[in-house]
Amino acid sequence: MLSKRIIICLDVREGKTTKGIKFKGNIDIGDPVAMAEEYYRQGVDELVFYDITASSDKRDIIIDVVEGVAKNIFIPFSVGGGIRSLDDMHRVLAAGAEKISINTAAVQDPDLIYRGAMTFGSQCIVLGMDAKKVDKTPALPSGYEIYINGGRTPVGIDAVEWAKKARDLGAGEICLNSIDADGTNAGYELTLTSLISEAVSIPVIASGGAGTPEHLRDVFRASDADAALIASMVHYQHYTIPQIKEYLSNEGIPVREFI
Amino acid sequence: MIAIIDYGAGNLTSVARALEHIGVTCKITDKYEEILSSERIIFPGVGAAGKAMEVIRHRKLDRAIREVVAQKKPFLGICMGAQIILGESEENDTTCLNIIPGIARRFPDGDIKIPHMGWNDISVVRSHPVLEGLDGRTQFYFVHSYYPAPERKEDIIATTNYGISFASIIGRDNVIATQFHLEKSGRHGLKILKNFCDWDGRV
Repeated sequence: MLSKRIIICLDVREGKTTKGIKFKGNIDIGDPVAMAEEYYRQGVDELVFYDITASSDKRDIIIDVVEGVAKNIFIPFSVGGGIRSLDDMHRVLAAGAEKISINTAAVQDPDLIYRGAMTFGSQCIVLGMDAKKVDKTPALPSGYEIYINGGRTPVGIDAVEWAKKARDLGAGEICLNSIDADGTNAGYELTLTSLISEAVSIPVIASGGAGTPEHLRDVFRASDADAALIASMVHYQHYTIPQIKEYLSNEGIPVREFI
Repeated sequence: MIAIIDYGAGNLTSVARALEHIGVTCKITDKYEEILSSERIIFPGVGAAGKAMEVIRHRKLDRAIREVVAQKKPFLGICMGAQIILGESEENDTTCLNIIPGIARRFPDGDIKIPHMGWNDISVVRSHPVLEGLDGRTQFYFVHSYYPAPERKEDIIATTNYGISFASIIGRDNVIATQFHLEKSGRHGLKILKNFCDWDGRV
């Protein structure tokens, strides 16, 4: 049976994770490669590195991180943030990433999804989507609007329409982040996740709001999400991957083997 | 020396990194002499069958592959490598290498999401030297929209359920191929890679 994937997101700025924490055994604080190795050892199914480096001249640092990770962990991982062209995609994939995630660049240039899928295959192209609940209008019939620039700028595009368009353009997967739920630790946005995961036939990753294993159970029960993105609940060591998987397994959610 | 056949696909380096990690030397190559002189061969890959076969023919890799297979050298296909060794693929209506008779079929539309992406179980239906020593639950990482459907039941080594039951490992004589990504399947994937590197090609 296909397992529900647990994916850990690491925000990386100039080569260091922004939620640096200290693992048992004093592994380097904030070293994304060391953190990736620890999560790999714990049995995470996949990783996402999100590059939030602001200055463009320090962008190359993420490539070093990707190479370091690719040498030591043998599960899929994707990289997002600052990818705007086929060249950017090629560099990240050649450094060892399995997939690349595009968000703002895809809204500004939807054809980038198509070009990426044609060049590297749909399985490489993840559409990152930031959506926020709004009043339903004829232009926004689902009641969820797409935002860009890290969730700061509304663009007047309906979330469900955008998901379908991205699928048609060749996106292989959608990482769906709820701006309302993000950072709350109060659970995923279940309505939004159901809407999107039922509207498209490609895999959907639920993102934003995870604080406890119950939240993952809830999103897998309430929607067709294939994967759940988590961050602070493991970075701050409130839970380990085996604890989360054991809980989900006991709740009848199919998960991959854990330690 | 292991030759990883270079037909321009994106993830060749992932396989090379996994081999490096288990202490095996390899070379990514599209040169006939290097492929023929290597001790064993890996054909990895992602992408579309039509494009893959086009490059294979253009670089005359089909001849090299047929010869090493005929020489009984251990040959491992991964993902696309499990499909192009069949007779044909429904993807882009492609004529493939026909090392193992059969077709790469598209998953039927319906209740399942396509591509089949994520970690899934395998059931071994025929024991094989490269599958020895796997412990615990054998789950592997899959990403594909087409699956191998060999003509002969004897060529099926393991199956996986995704809407339908399909052959997730196929093999005959010195040829073995996994639909899932060994290089992205954690310790189980590395174990099969290691077993392949120690395999003499006999079953």
